[in-house]
Amino acid sequence: MTTIAASRPAFSLDLWWIPRSIALGLVAFIIFGPLTNLFLWAVTERWYFPHALPLEYGFSYWGRVFSPRGTAMESLTNSILVAFLTVALAMALAVPAGYALARLRLPLRALIMLTFLIPQAFPNLPVYVNIARLFYQFGLNGTVAGVVLVHVTHGLVYAVWIATAAFASIDRELEEAARSIGASPLRTFRDVTLPLAAPGLLASAIFVFLESLDEFTGSYFVGAPDVNTMPLLLYTASAGGNYQIASITAVLLLLPSVGFMLVIERFLKSDVLSKVGH
Amino acid sequence: MTNDTPNRILGLLLVLPALAVIVLLFVVPLASSVVGAFRVNGGFGFGNFIKSYELYTSDIIFTVVIVSLSTLLIGIFSIAIGGYLVLGENPRAVAILRWLYRWPLFIPFIVVGQVLRTFLAKNGLMNNILIEVGLITPLQATSFLDWRGIVIAFVWKQTPFVALLVSGAMAALDRSTIEAARNLGASRLRILIEIVVPQVATTLMVGLVLSFVTMMSVLSVPLMINAQSPTMITADIAFRINAYGDYGVANALGLISLVASGCVGWFYLRQTLRERA
Repeated sequence: MTTIAASRPAFSLDLWWIPRSIALGLVAFIIFGPLTNLFLWAVTERWYFPHALPLEYGFSYWGRVFSPRGTAMESLTNSILVAFLTVALAMALAVPAGYALARLRLPLRALIMLTFLIPQAFPNLPVYVNIARLFYQFGLNGTVAGVVLVHVTHGLVYAVWIATAAFASIDRELEEAARSIGASPLRTFRDVTLPLAAPGLLASAIFVFLESLDEFTGSYFVGAPDVNTMPLLLYTASAGGNYQIASITAVLLLLPSVGFMLVIERFLKSDVLSKVGH
Repeated sequence: MTNDTPNRILGLLLVLPALAVIVLLFVVPLASSVVGAFRVNGGFGFGNFIKSYELYTSDIIFTVVIVSLSTLLIGIFSIAIGGYLVLGENPRAVAILRWLYRWPLFIPFIVVGQVLRTFLAKNGLMNNILIEVGLITPLQATSFLDWRGIVIAFVWKQTPFVALLVSGAMAALDRSTIEAARNLGASRLRILIEIVVPQVATTLMVGLVLSFVTMMSVLSVPLMINAQSPTMITADIAFRINAYGDYGVANALGLISLVASGCVGWFYLRQTLRERA
């Protein structure tokens, strides 16, 4: 590839930058245009038709979102509480399951792996509708516990699959070496396996955290109106025409997601990625 | 292995709690949604489907057309992106595209809905920029917040996901056939269509099937971009439950979306089985 490019005369290479920049500029506009609009709305005080840009900028709506007694603060704390509980429960379920799937002999292993994929392979909406009905009978509707359970079900796919890949990518000989110098199986797991699998497990925990933070449909049926999360706040603010509050909420949801996208490759190394689904 | 049996039991015990959550909180409600679709006034029958057919035929067609069109566009764009990343000759342009295309990957659907709702509106930033640049006049500005808005939202959000899978598969291909075709003078477009795409077809199909299923059950995008009729089945399901508490019709509509996803999944499975045979 480089030899072809180098053998070309310099001027033809420069000409190619015209269609290239137009195409790349178009892609950049398609991706960043809408995002720019969101950030503009988040710092707008007044903006109405037919003005192309906001008439007045400011942070007064941010003050309103973060005021201690506002509904927004309640959704923010709810969302973070639900997300942390979801991660704790999902990882408590996924770490043993992932270890067993990666290291122990299991009957019907492929079928078990596929079972965790079911929530991704079927449309979720009819399921949430019926979970809401089921939870209503157990008094779980409109409780934090109910919302956490719904989020865990959806997050387990990532948690189990990535945890399995993380354990599978560890060199078995390191564990055998620890066992041969007299460490118990539990101690080997705690001192050798777990630290080595930690980056992959952290990645799956972040995945679950983001899934929970961003989840709308399940929270809409199981949580609303008692447990308000940030996506629900975004929806009600936007439906009420309050674009500033909606956009600020959207920015708050956006930052962790984009941040993770930029660092994911540090956590999910290729040796773990190549084991996903095996 | 001598300690095989206890090992197996231990393994099953470790997997069981996670498995129980999936079965109790997903498989059971899924089954009850299928059963609930046929439940009419204490008995069983097709009443819910007749009602769904009478009230929501246009929405069902609308949903299938929109999701299919989005899937097609996602496929085309992700092949284009993946193809350029693998066959592009300018390392700098390839690096820029690689950095650019992934941004919407982890942005939640609800945020995509809000972002595009303000961007595509009649007085949104898109029309404002087009007017400022002089491409259209203020009178020509139209709102895209109808079926086009939903398609744009789906394509915007899902293309990076499929492109990520496809470009990964393309990067793992054996480069010697590509180089050989290149040396014989084949154009890059021809190499992409005739050599690269057939080899990554399975990955592409997996990505598209997953996207299809995801789009079939997204509630936030139709609610935020276009909740007037015709709208998507998901918005109708939410409406049936919130306005009437009508679980029968909601489950019937759910089963219809399930069948649509099932058809796509079945088509994919048949295709891969035929290739392996």
